[in-house]
Amino acid sequence: MKKNPLSLQLDIDPEEFLPASKEEKESLVIMRESVSFWKDGFRRLRKNKVAMASLFVIIVIMFFSFIVPLFYPYSYGTQIKGANNLRPFQYSAAEQQLIDAGESVFPHVFGTDKMGRDYAIRIMVGSRISLLVGLIATAIILLIGSAYGSIAAFAGGWVDMVMMRVVDLIYTIPDVLLIVLLSFALDAPLDALANVPGFSWIKTVGHNMISIFVVFALLYWVGMARMVRSQILMLKESEYVTAARALGAGSGRIIKKHLLTNCIGTLIVTTTLQIPSSIFTESFLSFLGLGVAVPLPSLGSLCSDAINGMATFPYLLFIPAVVISLIILSFNLLGDGLRDAFDPKLKN
Amino acid sequence: MIKYIVKRILLAIVTIWVVATLTFFLMNMVPGGPFMAEKAISPAAQAALAAKYGLDKPLHEQYLTYMKDALHGDLGDSLKQRGRTVSGIISTKFPVSAKVGGLAVVVSLLIGVPLGCVAAYKRGKVLDSVISVVSTCGIAVPSFVICTVLMYVFGVRLRILPTLGLTGWKNYIMPVAALSFYPTAYIMRLMRSSMLDALGQDYMRTAKAKGLSQSVSIFKHALRNAILPVVTYLGPMITYTLTGSFIVEKIFTIPGLGGEFIGAITSRDYTLIMGTTIFLAAFMVVMNVVVDIVYKIIDPRIQLK
Repeated sequence: MKKNPLSLQLDIDPEEFLPASKEEKESLVIMRESVSFWKDGFRRLRKNKVAMASLFVIIVIMFFSFIVPLFYPYSYGTQIKGANNLRPFQYSAAEQQLIDAGESVFPHVFGTDKMGRDYAIRIMVGSRISLLVGLIATAIILLIGSAYGSIAAFAGGWVDMVMMRVVDLIYTIPDVLLIVLLSFALDAPLDALANVPGFSWIKTVGHNMISIFVVFALLYWVGMARMVRSQILMLKESEYVTAARALGAGSGRIIKKHLLTNCIGTLIVTTTLQIPSSIFTESFLSFLGLGVAVPLPSLGSLCSDAINGMATFPYLLFIPAVVISLIILSFNLLGDGLRDAFDPKLKN
Repeated sequence: MIKYIVKRILLAIVTIWVVATLTFFLMNMVPGGPFMAEKAISPAAQAALAAKYGLDKPLHEQYLTYMKDALHGDLGDSLKQRGRTVSGIISTKFPVSAKVGGLAVVVSLLIGVPLGCVAAYKRGKVLDSVISVVSTCGIAVPSFVICTVLMYVFGVRLRILPTLGLTGWKNYIMPVAALSFYPTAYIMRLMRSSMLDALGQDYMRTAKAKGLSQSVSIFKHALRNAILPVVTYLGPMITYTLTGSFIVEKIFTIPGLGGEFIGAITSRDYTLIMGTTIFLAAFMVVMNVVVDIVYKIIDPRIQLK
């Protein structure tokens, strides 16, 4: 088009108004790779030195309690003759003779107890028991607690009211009472069951242990249930759920995309923090003599056994005490780290 | 407010009744009984004892008799400690536990609240890190570990504190320290996080803008808001510490209610189990109501319903 010589319009090159090519468009898109919920969380977790250190400690303790005992030269129940109350790295007379004869004897790293059992392996098996109880009990609590809490929250109304009163009630019953009564009550049926082939492990583990699990399943889920209920109640009312609904999202999408993803962080954190508290309870009960059956050790029962000889053999008490505190501490710290990573809202 | 309290008390009575009923039937459903373990007693004597305490009657009759008596304030005689009433046992043992427990509650509040506040106020400084490490480690150590370590260090090695009984003020130091260890650490953590939250609120900036001094704004505005989670925790915590921790009582040989309760359970002393359970449940329920009321006093915005 010819330009009017008097025109004040600018000279414009029509080339500049051509639609952009594909490459040009792409070069203008500023977008990082989409980061999934898990990736984001784990990236934050990896940066947290304390949490990673405690994860490392947990892995080391798990290695010692699950794998090392498999090829450890001593077993937790064998009483070595003449090896009673040895101090760490001390040998019994018979073992000393073998060493003098040129044979190698595996040292008693933590000495032996008054029955002549190697203490190191008892500590390892004891922490295995404590860890197993912590993990299994937590799984039970997670299952029952989250199901109960979410049903109460979703149902609402009088169903919620009744379900929460039941929770209040369970809070009020003394737990030690139930554990002792249950272990009395389960005695006969478990004895009968132990004679059925395939259930002989009940004898090794002991009735008390099973009643502890039953009690966990009956009593300790209430905290988790309250937590999940309040979380879901809060999420249900949150603005972004309303917004998603307004944008036309269906219930399925809301549950999957919004409720679940927002809940899962809290669930992971509560679960991780539940593990140490389960271990806490187990060690307390074992300390009272309500835990595992002899000769199977648990960290709590090891401490309890060592109290009488505290003045002469303090290390028998301090080693299990330190291990149990270390396990609980690492799980607590890992839980805190997970909370910061997956549930940033809860920070501080 | 009055209506609310009346409603809560009625609800509490229902809760205590349900707990008592559950305990009664659970306890009786379990095989064995209070006089089974005593080998020295002949079957005839066992039957006579059972008849004396009414244990030979059908269960529902026993239940009705017990409940009727309990409503009149009569918790019955102990089945094992002959010649002593359950209320007598509770009223002699509870003060012992409550004295140690009460001191522990006071100590943990006096240490936990200020240190938690200081940690929040000095956020990120060395003092904050030290307090955080101490409190994190504190909640990781089981009470029996604390008890035995204290016992070993001060009782066995240094020999500066008595290890048995409750005869002088020195005897209180170790049990109170052991009992208050966990709550102190827990309160520190709670206090720190809620104080951090409160310090970041808008009203704190307003207080500063008004020209209020640092201490007034912290103690008058932030503390009052930040103490609420601690109050929530105090309800169950006071119940557990005042009614006696079995571990602490066992290790320091304190004749308290916690040890009595466990003893009653293992020896199947039915009336004593019932009495102590009702006492514990009542204590717990009353504490919950008290906590709710304290809540309302601290934060008038809270609606009690």
